[in-house]
Amino acid sequence: MTRPTVLVLLDSPQGALDDVRQPVLELLTLGRELGRVDVVTLAAPSVQVLATLGAYGVQAVHQAALPTTLPASAHHVTSVLASVLTTAVRRTDADVLLVPSSFAGKEAAAVAAARLGAGLVTDASGAAWSQDGRLLAVKRVFAGTWDTTSAVATDPAVVTVRANAVSAAPAPTPTHPEVEALPIEVAAPATTVVAREVKARASGRPALEEAAVVVAGGRGTGGDFGPVEDLADALGAAVGATRDAAFEGWFDSYIGQTGVTVAPRLYIGAGVSGAPHHRGGMQASQVVVAVNNDPEAPIFEISDFAVVGDLADVLPQAAAVIREHKARS
Amino acid sequence: MRIVVLLKYVPDITSDRRFADGRVVRDPGEGSLNELDENAVEAALRLVEAQPDGGEVVAVTLAPPTADIALRKAFQLGVHRGVRVSDDALAGSDYFGTTAALAAAVRRLGDQAPVDLVITGMAALDGLGSVVPALLAEELGWPQLTLATSVSLDGSTLTITRESDDVAQTLAAPLPVVLSVTDSANSPRYPNFKLIMAARTKPIEEWTAADLELDPAEVGAAGARTTTVEATARPPRPEVELVVDKGEGGKALAEFLIRNDLV
Ligand SMILES: Cc1cc2nc3c(=O)[nH]c(=O)nc-3n(C[C@H](O)[C@H](O)[C@H](O)COP(=O)(O)OP(=O)(O)OC[C@H]3O[C@@H](n4cnc5c(N)ncnc54)[C@H](O)[C@@H]3O)c2cc1C
Repeated sequence: MTRPTVLVLLDSPQGALDDVRQPVLELLTLGRELGRVDVVTLAAPSVQVLATLGAYGVQAVHQAALPTTLPASAHHVTSVLASVLTTAVRRTDADVLLVPSSFAGKEAAAVAAARLGAGLVTDASGAAWSQDGRLLAVKRVFAGTWDTTSAVATDPAVVTVRANAVSAAPAPTPTHPEVEALPIEVAAPATTVVAREVKARASGRPALEEAAVVVAGGRGTGGDFGPVEDLADALGAAVGATRDAAFEGWFDSYIGQTGVTVAPRLYIGAGVSGAPHHRGGMQASQVVVAVNNDPEAPIFEISDFAVVGDLADVLPQAAAVIREHKARS
Repeated sequence: MRIVVLLKYVPDITSDRRFADGRVVRDPGEGSLNELDENAVEAALRLVEAQPDGGEVVAVTLAPPTADIALRKAFQLGVHRGVRVSDDALAGSDYFGTTAALAAAVRRLGDQAPVDLVITGMAALDGLGSVVPALLAEELGWPQLTLATSVSLDGSTLTITRESDDVAQTLAAPLPVVLSVTDSANSPRYPNFKLIMAARTKPIEEWTAADLELDPAEVGAAGARTTTVEATARPPRPEVELVVDKGEGGKALAEFLIRNDLV
């Protein structure tokens, strides 16, 4: 087999492309293990982005040229993004298409797979070639209690990959990727975008879905996320909530089966009972720590370390010790 | 107004879920209607109830007969008609086989009388793929409005809001549409006593792959583009290290993190 080609979607909800998000760096790292890596993007990459892509060994950047009659707001509609992916796979003759596992990414990847007649694995945590040249994708299921391996019978194979599944690392030899225009033929979608607003990311804190460390607050915070944010800041962590805490309006994004799925190196749940719906979105975390004043809290069943106590006392003390430790080292 | 709601019977999330021979083991009686599909049923009932001349809500599920539990639950909530697509030839279907079968069922219902909407929950709480609604829209050639946190219908234009991946959007499309709803879109109603009684004996229609004129090579294990070649249970976590806070709990927590190189 000649060296396989892997195409990675460089996605950005913004119009401009001035940074490469962590999940994409992870996909580039995974892609390099599978073959030659190209990226496809909707927007013009900045000089900084091109340098990063070069550092990660990207061979070429295919920048979609969408019809000028298409309003910019329509660029992210699933059917349009799927056309970009389909055209890019055909143009590069890619053997693997890797897309970050956001909801938008998964939908576009699925529709592209349908159009390409390709097999699809969603939310994978790894991929490798089998002896007989099929793509094997690994995935953690049932709230992180089982690992499965799926073989994709088609070429190309379409795989969406979860954040934090792979650790990002630059290529041993950097490249100088060229940007090539990728003309896309697509009709205006039947779906109209009436309004679209990209939420500003909390400055100074990593995004929840990408973070390597997450501190989550539940109903036990009683509405005061101060201690949760304090510990998160000491650790450089992202903050999340349970759905109940989010529905109370105490914090805006929540972790769980209907919220954000996280699988960080470290998850700390404070005032979180560990209901099955919440567990489904965090149980694949590598290390789980819980703080809860109820010694019977179900979250203790899936924790590596736990403190029975009031989070208002425990979290600030932990944050202070961590700050001291960091100042010393 | 005629709405098809797609339902899934899923293993209870608190049950011991497992694999055997690359397939999910489904113990009869251990499952239930996918909770998020109750939001889909609710959305369908509300849309139909808001029409001056009412309409029909048809629930469709692709599953063996055990899934009748899910259809009966939907009847209790007020769904008018229930169809189960069951066929050994459909076992082992991947996303595409599943979509082909569901789309064929929607088309068959559409041949009987026009279908205005297909509504699904945002995800099935077993697989959590969240891609079948988008694939179904592609297969039917209809616009898709997925992951709705609110839904409104004005004439024949459906408008939704959605919030995901850092983006808040308002999207609109003309009917017929494939709609998926999140658990924030509405609060599902409670089963109605009269309907509970009626749901026990309400007929469930059974359709086969042949009824739907499905190509046997395109569905089931035969048509699957991916196969599970390995499934292993992960080792249970070691016993939790539990500290009771007597004034030093935070310090103990920090030390655990430092000791394990997590800071
Ligand atoms: C269809 C559906 C989907 C859902 N999806 C999600 C989802 O995606 N994510 C999600 O999180 N939930 C989801 N839920 C809700 C879920 O079932 C639980 O209700 C929710 O996770 C509980 O949140 P909680 O742990 O904050 O609250 P509770 O269960 O009320 O737990 C609060 C905990 O805080 C502890 N506590 C109280 N005071 C203190 C204190 N001072 N210090 C320390 N501990 C304290 C208590 O002992 C308790 O254990 C869903 C539910 C449904 C029906």
